[in-house]
Amino acid sequence: MINSYVIDRRLNGKNKSAVNRRRFLERYRKHIKKAVNEAVNKRSITDMEHGESISIPQEDIHEPTIGHGQGGTRTIVNPGNKEFNTGDRIRKPQGGAGQGQGGGDASNTGEGMDDFTFTITQDEFLEFLFEDLELPNLVRKDLKEMSDFVYRHAGFTNQGVPNRINIVRSMRNAHARRIALSGKSRRRVKELKGLIEDEMAKDEALRDGRALADWQEELQRLETKIKRLPFIDDFDLRYNRNEKVPVPSNAAVMFCLMDVSGSMTQNTKDMAKRFFLLLYMFLRRNYEKIEVVFIRHHTSAKEVDEEEFFYSRETGGTIVSSALRMMSDIVKDRYPPNAWNIYAAQASDGDNWNDDSPQCRELLANSIMPLVQYYSYIEITPRDHQALWYAYEQVRKEYPDSFAMEQIIDPSDIYPVFRQLFQRKSA
Amino acid sequence: MRRKEPISTGSEWTFPLIQEYDRVIAEIAQEFRLDTYPNQIEIISSEQMMDAYSSIGMPVGYHHWSYGKQFLQTQQNYQRGFMGLAYEIVINSNPCIAYLMEENTMPMQALVIAHACYGHNSFFKNNYLFKTWTDASAIIDYLVFAKNYVTQCEERYGVREVERVLDSCHALQNYGVDRYKRPSPISAAEERARQEEREAYMQQQVNLLWRTIPVPESKKEEETRSRYPAEPQENILYFIEKNAPLLEPWQRELVRIVRKLAQYFYPQRQTQVMNEGWASFWHYTLMNELYNRGYITEGFMMEFLQSHSAVVYQPPYDSRFYSGINPYTLGFNIYRDIRRMCENPTDEDREWFPDLAGTDWLDALHFAMENFKDESFIQQYLSPKVMRDMHLFAVFDDENESEYEITAIHDEQGYRKLRSLLAEQYNLSTREPNIQVVDVDLRGDRAITLRHTRHNNIPLNKDAEEVMKHLHRLWGFDVHLHSVDGDVLRQSYHMPPKDKSPDQALEEGLKYV
Repeated sequence: MINSYVIDRRLNGKNKSAVNRRRFLERYRKHIKKAVNEAVNKRSITDMEHGESISIPQEDIHEPTIGHGQGGTRTIVNPGNKEFNTGDRIRKPQGGAGQGQGGGDASNTGEGMDDFTFTITQDEFLEFLFEDLELPNLVRKDLKEMSDFVYRHAGFTNQGVPNRINIVRSMRNAHARRIALSGKSRRRVKELKGLIEDEMAKDEALRDGRALADWQEELQRLETKIKRLPFIDDFDLRYNRNEKVPVPSNAAVMFCLMDVSGSMTQNTKDMAKRFFLLLYMFLRRNYEKIEVVFIRHHTSAKEVDEEEFFYSRETGGTIVSSALRMMSDIVKDRYPPNAWNIYAAQASDGDNWNDDSPQCRELLANSIMPLVQYYSYIEITPRDHQALWYAYEQVRKEYPDSFAMEQIIDPSDIYPVFRQLFQRKSA
Repeated sequence: MRRKEPISTGSEWTFPLIQEYDRVIAEIAQEFRLDTYPNQIEIISSEQMMDAYSSIGMPVGYHHWSYGKQFLQTQQNYQRGFMGLAYEIVINSNPCIAYLMEENTMPMQALVIAHACYGHNSFFKNNYLFKTWTDASAIIDYLVFAKNYVTQCEERYGVREVERVLDSCHALQNYGVDRYKRPSPISAAEERARQEEREAYMQQQVNLLWRTIPVPESKKEEETRSRYPAEPQENILYFIEKNAPLLEPWQRELVRIVRKLAQYFYPQRQTQVMNEGWASFWHYTLMNELYNRGYITEGFMMEFLQSHSAVVYQPPYDSRFYSGINPYTLGFNIYRDIRRMCENPTDEDREWFPDLAGTDWLDALHFAMENFKDESFIQQYLSPKVMRDMHLFAVFDDENESEYEITAIHDEQGYRKLRSLLAEQYNLSTREPNIQVVDVDLRGDRAITLRHTRHNNIPLNKDAEEVMKHLHRLWGFDVHLHSVDGDVLRQSYHMPPKDKSPDQALEEGLKYV
């Protein structure tokens, strides 16, 4: 008698716990976010994108249940007696729970101390990192030259490529055609079958042999005729039709402007890079199609690629307006503001050629701010502000919604400032 | 009698091999009169095993963050190599579902089949506690029902709301069982059918209880003297489900689901030693039989014995691996000794177990498995030899003394005392604090009062306060808990605490809700 069934379940889903895991992460967001924030500051620039190990104090995730506490009197039976005799007395170990208590109920006394530790994936890490952040003022720009299309379902057609065949429609047509073309014949077949049956029911001597033969011949003819009808024919086929519909795009470009002049120490540059890296990761993760333009400057500005922006070590004096001018040129050439959402982030230590700061203000206020959705400036310096900061403050007065500036003093400020600049504002 | 060819020689398993081993083991098991539910053996990967772990081995379960926590913990420990996964998980259902890990070798799979599919399975089917308290054929249905119901509630009232109720129920789930009264069997179909009806009816009952229409003076007098509940109630969750004044019908249903599941697991908690011991005894016996008949090779047997001795290893009290008595060891030793006493009784056995000595060992063993729970099983069958072999000794600990006292060891004077003490240690009702609902102030502030009757003056652990907060959330009005030793009131818990305003206290108290 076979009483057992062996089933291979290995191919079944293995992520049964995904929902529960998600619930857990939701519940302890606060802790996880804190750990993520700390991790961001600790990690080196090249090492931003991987998972993170999270620790939560055991007491915070403890699920309480009532049990016996310590105290009172109790007797516990233990195994492995070697030297004891009835009536022996042993001094209790000093300080907290000794061996004896472990016996009955090991739930809280044993662990307790260690934090609860687990790992979140890279994806979750970034999700927590960039949660609630967005590019401000992003709008869909209408384009004369539509470059974005989506395909929308738009009825059926009787011509098309095989992979677009609509099977249900095609089969329905074929069925209808078969009924239409064979209806008369099938009615006659039914009739003939009836006649033949009646005739066969008669006594053999009374049968009309000739009529019977005729009917049978006709029956056969009709049946072959019905059989010859094709099951599916070319003109049964129907294809799904798709239409290309243009959609307004929300194309965006981000300008990253970084000061690499001699006054920027290695430390300040690192912080600036860290800030831009965070920005770059955020853009890449949350916005599928976004262009990034990297501009670095000392006395003159230069458009560079990602690699050079983050890793090259060129230095010189400082003229900030050179970068602004270059940005406004690039916008004119390549990113017409009616087609693009334009963003800019600038990082500097606040040092500038003294005569240049008013020029910067001029440039920003008159030619750049009207074009951009959002401009953020971070000043990385522990010292007092200089002319540039005060010049920018005037810009902020003029454009309070789209201009933001913050100061960063040490690496631990980077992430909070970043969050502040790109915090999602409730509508 | 020995076969010439063993079933397999390598360590790799295949499906036909598993079937073949299962067939042979089933044959031998039948000779030993092991009566089982049909087996459903499922091969799963280690990831799936971790999933199974975190849902207490249930094949379907409602969603809750605590299972996610469990999962993360298991995953972390496993990936760091802190722990191996169990070789198997077995579910008390009909058919009996056993999970086997694909990583196991063939000897391990055979061991697991013998242990789970014939050991545990026959225990589930024949032990009186399981027979009276659980319904193996209905559990899976019920789990599906519970899962769907919880999901429905989440859709209707929000995940957050449902989670709050479940959190509070979980905190009290050990107090959601009827210890003495037999519960009605679990059934998903009936649950569904009765649900709506019950919702309406229950609300009506509760309303009746909390009716605020003025009562004539004379009657009032009488009622203040009568207590509600008339008898103390041990099943706190049941009491809440039926009487909590403010719960919505769906919240009552959630309380009921947690309660029913707790009830379902109750027999397992009462028969750990017996159940694991039984399964270990049979995997040992069945594998030896396989070897004797030539189905398995010596190498196979060596691997089996190594796993077996790891399973039934009991670290001594002073080892750093010691964490209480290993239920596998204790149970295995007792069953094996029953067999020995039947087959080769000594004078001591004749004196201690006159009913066993020299009788049919299979009869004795089956009787022992079917009619006891841990506490009574140990009281009945723990023999002097097992106490000697395990070197058992009892330590008396009084918090007011600076020394422990050894009150009994494995010698002539100590046997009986040791046996009673160990049996008492497995008595669930002394293992868990005895807390009962004693009073509800029906006409006043609707406060509920519970009494903790101390056992040997042992106080409650520090979670008690936290649990009272959960009880307060379910009950909706003040909660008082008095911890009493004999007639002396030792400690009182109040929720909300007496010196704070109610709302403030609850807000502070429940973290992240």
